[in-house]
Amino acid sequence: MDNLIQVGGLVVDRSGQRVVDGIGFDVPSGSLTGLIGPSGSGKSTVMRCIAGVQKHAGGLVKVGGYEAGSRMARGLVGYQPQRPAVYLDLTVRENLSYFATMIGVGASGVSEAIDRVSLGGEASRCVERLSGGQVARVSLAIALLGSPSVLLLDEPTVGLDPVLREDLWRLFATLAAQGTALVVSSHVMDEAERCERLLLLRDGRLLADAAPSALKAETGTTDLDSAFLAVIRTRRV
Amino acid sequence: MAGPVAATARRVLLQLLHDRRTSALLLVVPSVLMTLVRYAFTKQPQVFEGVGPMLLALFPFTVMFVVASVAMLRERSSGTLERLMAGPAGKGSLLGGYALAFGAATLAQVAVVLGVSLWGLSLRVDGSIWLVVLFALLDAWLGMALGLFLSAFAKTEFQAVQFLPAFVLPQFLLCGLLVPRDQMAVALRLLSDFLPLSYAVDGVSRVAYTTTLTGAIWTDLVVVAACIPVALALGALTLQRKGE
Ligand SMILES: Nc1ncnc2c1ncn2[C@@H]1O[C@H](COP(=O)(O)OP(=O)(O)OP(=O)(O)O)[C@@H](O)[C@H]1O
Ligand SMILES: [Mg+2]
Repeated sequence: MDNLIQVGGLVVDRSGQRVVDGIGFDVPSGSLTGLIGPSGSGKSTVMRCIAGVQKHAGGLVKVGGYEAGSRMARGLVGYQPQRPAVYLDLTVRENLSYFATMIGVGASGVSEAIDRVSLGGEASRCVERLSGGQVARVSLAIALLGSPSVLLLDEPTVGLDPVLREDLWRLFATLAAQGTALVVSSHVMDEAERCERLLLLRDGRLLADAAPSALKAETGTTDLDSAFLAVIRTRRV
Repeated sequence: MAGPVAATARRVLLQLLHDRRTSALLLVVPSVLMTLVRYAFTKQPQVFEGVGPMLLALFPFTVMFVVASVAMLRERSSGTLERLMAGPAGKGSLLGGYALAFGAATLAQVAVVLGVSLWGLSLRVDGSIWLVVLFALLDAWLGMALGLFLSAFAKTEFQAVQFLPAFVLPQFLLCGLLVPRDQMAVALRLLSDFLPLSYAVDGVSRVAYTTTLTGAIWTDLVVVAACIPVALALGALTLQRKGE
C-alpha cells in the first residue's frame, strides 16, 4: 500500500454546519505534507477524520487501506491533537509510560520519545508544573511513541522558540526520510516552506495541492505568505 | 490485554495518590461520619446498630460514584479519552482498569472504616466480615459503573456533582436506610425493588445479624453482582470512538 492515507470526497457536518465540503487527497509513505489555511478552515477536522475520532457525513477516509478508526487503522496512526491531551496530574514519564503500554510500546520507546522532544530534564516533573510549550511537547512525544507509520500533528510547533522549532522540523524531515507519512498543520508560513507539499484549505474546501515552489511560481510570488494570500483572493467564489 | 488493564489501573491510582487531599478524604471521611452517627445517637444505640452496617454499604457506592464520574469527565474534557480512543486499545481495558483501581481504593477505604467501626465504635457484625467487605466492593463497582455512565450526560463538573443529589440521594431514601422498605408507600416500595442499592443495604444488614449464609443473602449478592455488568455495559456504550 503506497498511499498510506487516502481521502476522497470527504464531507463533515459539525453542529449542523458543513465544515468540510468534498475534500480529496492521498498521502504516500515517506512524505511531509503541510495542511495550511485560515483559522476555522477545517484543518483540525480533516486530521480528526484521518485519526478516526470524527464522524463524517460522506466520502471515504482510509489509513493503510483500512477504514479510518478501525482497529487496524488505529494501530498505524500517531495523532497529536491541537489542544494538548495529557494527564496534568501525572509526571512526563508517567504520561508517556501509560500511553506506551496502551499501544504496546516498551520502556525504550518511552525514553526515545522523551529525548526526541528534548524533555529529558523534565521527565520526572508533574505536567501541570511545566510551561505551555513543554506541555505541548509532552503531547507531541505521545504521538511519536512507537514510530507510527502515519503521523498526524495538529500545530505541533505553536508556542515554541526558533531553536526548538528548527529541531522539530529536522525531526519531521528525518521521520519522512525513514518512511513515515506525516501530515502537519501550521499557521506559520516559513514552517510550511519545509514541507514537500502543501494542502491549502479554505472554508472546508481544498484550494491548492502543490509543492511550495510550485505554489509560488503559479501565483508569481516570491514568498509563501503572498502566495497564500494570492490563492485565497483569486479562488474566491 | 493484561498490560493495558493493569496500566490503566496503575494510572488511575497514581492520579488519586498525586492528589493527597482526595486520597485522605477518601480514607478518613467514612470513619468520621460513622463516628458522628454513633455519638449523635448515643442515647439510642439501636439506631447505630441498625444504620451502621447499612452505611458500610453506602459509603463506597457514593464515593466511587462521584470520583468515577469526575475522573471520566476530566478524561473527556482534557482530550485524553479521545486520544485513547484513537489508539488501538479496547474500551474493555479502560473500563477494566478503572474497575481494578476503584476496587483497590475501596478495599483501603473499607479496611479503615471497618476497623474503626468494629474496634473503635463496637459495631456488631454477627456474620462474616468478609461478606461485608464483598458487599462493599460490589457496591463500589456499582457506584463506579453508574458514575462512568452518567458522566457522559454531564458537560461540566458542576453538572456531574449535581448527579449526586439527583441520582444517589433518592436511592438513599428508598433503600431502607431511613425507613424500612416495607413501611413505604406501595409505589415507592415497588420502585425500591428495582434499585440495586436496596439489595446491597438489605444484604449487609442481614449479614450483620445472622451467622449463617442464608438464601436471602445469596439473592442480595447475586442481584447486586448482576447489576454491575449491566451498568458497565451502559458505561461502555457512552465511550464513542467518533465524536460529532
Ligand atoms: N467541537 C466543535 N463543535 C462544533 N463545531 C466545531 C467544533 N470544532 C470546530 N468546529 C467548527 O468546524 C469548523 C472547522 O474547525 P477546525 O477546528 O477544523 O478549523 P481549523 O482550520 O483547525 O482552525 P484553527 O486554525 O483555528 O485551529 C469551524 O467552523 C468551527 O467553528
Ligand atoms: Mg485547528
